[in-house]
Amino acid sequence: MSQNNHIHIAGENALIIYFSEQGDGQFSANVSDKVQLAEQLIRKAMEQELAQDIIDLVPSYASLMVMFNMITTDHHSLKNKLRKLLQHTENITKHITTTHHANLVELPVFYSNESGPDLSVIAQRAQLTVEQVIELHHAQEYRVYAIGFAPGFAYLGEVDERIAAPRLSTPRMKVPKGAVAIADRQTAVYPIVSPGGWNIIGICPVDMFDAKANPIMPVKVGDRVKFKAISKEEYIALGGTLGVSYE
Amino acid sequence: MSNATLSNTILTEGFSVTKAGMLSLIQDAGRFGAFNIGLTNGGPVDLLAFQWANRLCSNTLNATVIEISLGGLTLTAQVDTTLAVTGANMPLTINGEIKALWRSYHVKAGDVIALGFAMQGVRCYLAVAGGFCITPSFGSTATVCREGVGGLHGGKLLVGDVLACASNIMNNKNINSNKKQNLLLADKLIPTYTDEVILHTVPSYQQQHFSSHQQRLFFSNEYTVSKKFDRMGYRLEGQAISCDIDGILSEGICLGAVQIPADGQPIVLLNDRQTIGGYPKIGAVSSIDTAKLGQLNQGGKVRFEPISMEQAHNLFHLNLSRFNRTKLVVCD
Repeated sequence: MSQNNHIHIAGENALIIYFSEQGDGQFSANVSDKVQLAEQLIRKAMEQELAQDIIDLVPSYASLMVMFNMITTDHHSLKNKLRKLLQHTENITKHITTTHHANLVELPVFYSNESGPDLSVIAQRAQLTVEQVIELHHAQEYRVYAIGFAPGFAYLGEVDERIAAPRLSTPRMKVPKGAVAIADRQTAVYPIVSPGGWNIIGICPVDMFDAKANPIMPVKVGDRVKFKAISKEEYIALGGTLGVSYE
Repeated sequence: MSNATLSNTILTEGFSVTKAGMLSLIQDAGRFGAFNIGLTNGGPVDLLAFQWANRLCSNTLNATVIEISLGGLTLTAQVDTTLAVTGANMPLTINGEIKALWRSYHVKAGDVIALGFAMQGVRCYLAVAGGFCITPSFGSTATVCREGVGGLHGGKLLVGDVLACASNIMNNKNINSNKKQNLLLADKLIPTYTDEVILHTVPSYQQQHFSSHQQRLFFSNEYTVSKKFDRMGYRLEGQAISCDIDGILSEGICLGAVQIPADGQPIVLLNDRQTIGGYPKIGAVSSIDTAKLGQLNQGGKVRFEPISMEQAHNLFHLNLSRFNRTKLVVCD
């Protein structure tokens, strides 16, 4: 077992592998690389020797939860198999994961006060202009650290410190589909209309979750995302709609 | 009858929903394999009652049924078939005549099947022979309302919905067994639902961030089910538990995980839980006991009891073996 992989118990049918100190609030691309490499190795084994034993995986910032089949295996046996499978992850260079599996996905965003009701608040707090906030948001390449909360909701990091923003004290009852938002140093595109407490700075016309599309989501954990500022006209031309309410 | 056999036939008739009830949901055993796109498991909260309903109809164990929470569902049969209701103690009537749960009945087109409101427990399972014929979403028919996924239209049953299923004639032709006979589960084997449940819990996740004193408090106090309980999770009220840390990097949440948010009041996460979350967790309740918890109403009492992973494993297999060994009784 590599020194940094810690396999812990999650529940009667789940183990969780930690790739950094538990409860440590920091996340990093380096740790996330390890999560993705482990996920790839395990998914490959799920096509063969672990097909019966593992039901599903939940990759996140610094951990990988493994849900297992209590009828075919138990935690001792599975832990041993996982240790064996992961013992080499430390030695494998990280470009193997990135070149083979990570995509760079460009997501167009119509940034404006109209589509981003919290833009001006972030600008004020940071003592920047709205244009500077927009520039800082799309200048950077982000990484997909986790998917969850709602179908297709991808957690992207890390947002420039200057425009990091705490969650709203009172979450909105209704955030429109496509809303591009910031919470602390994370950013995301709301895949469906839902309640939410993130700071909205723009809107994206791309479907983040489409059950009929292949793939269902344009991104997966480990992918890179780059936002591109577009005009209102371009947004409409790409199928975007406005006039949504922010409740 | 297998789902594969059913899917060869396009079924348009079955049961129509006359009264939808408080929360009636299409469920199969759950959705597994879609965590990577953020979809949770769904599936029956009381897995044992769900499986018995299917066995009483001679179905495969993951056939699609209706999970009725609290009660109030009325269906009108459009075909001749066999059905069974298990779970919480809801008054069942067929054409106005009171019927016992935990056994199967033949029904004919035009029959009215009604469930009143649960007197003990929260959830019932209504299965039909061959299972309801619903197109799966992401590999499962399980309805998760929060995600808008599964069932007929991603939500709870509505008046006018038609739930297709095979008729007895079709089932007989396909499985070649004597469908004249009904099945029942012997009285002494029927689970009893009470207002107090012991939740056997495997200490796990951030357990080490709870002091031994806090862990003792957690495992020695009684908690009450608050008014905030649903298929996503049960919020409990009682002795507040404090954790050394406020939050963690969001991570995968398993069935039964016990979250301790800032107010210290535990939340036990169930079938419709979010797939990832950032609250510290002290442990996870065994699946046998999440099923029992899911039958508690507001005011129900629980206690947490620590068990090892090995004990949880043994309990699971003992229950499974008991379930597999139990023979149903043939009745009229």
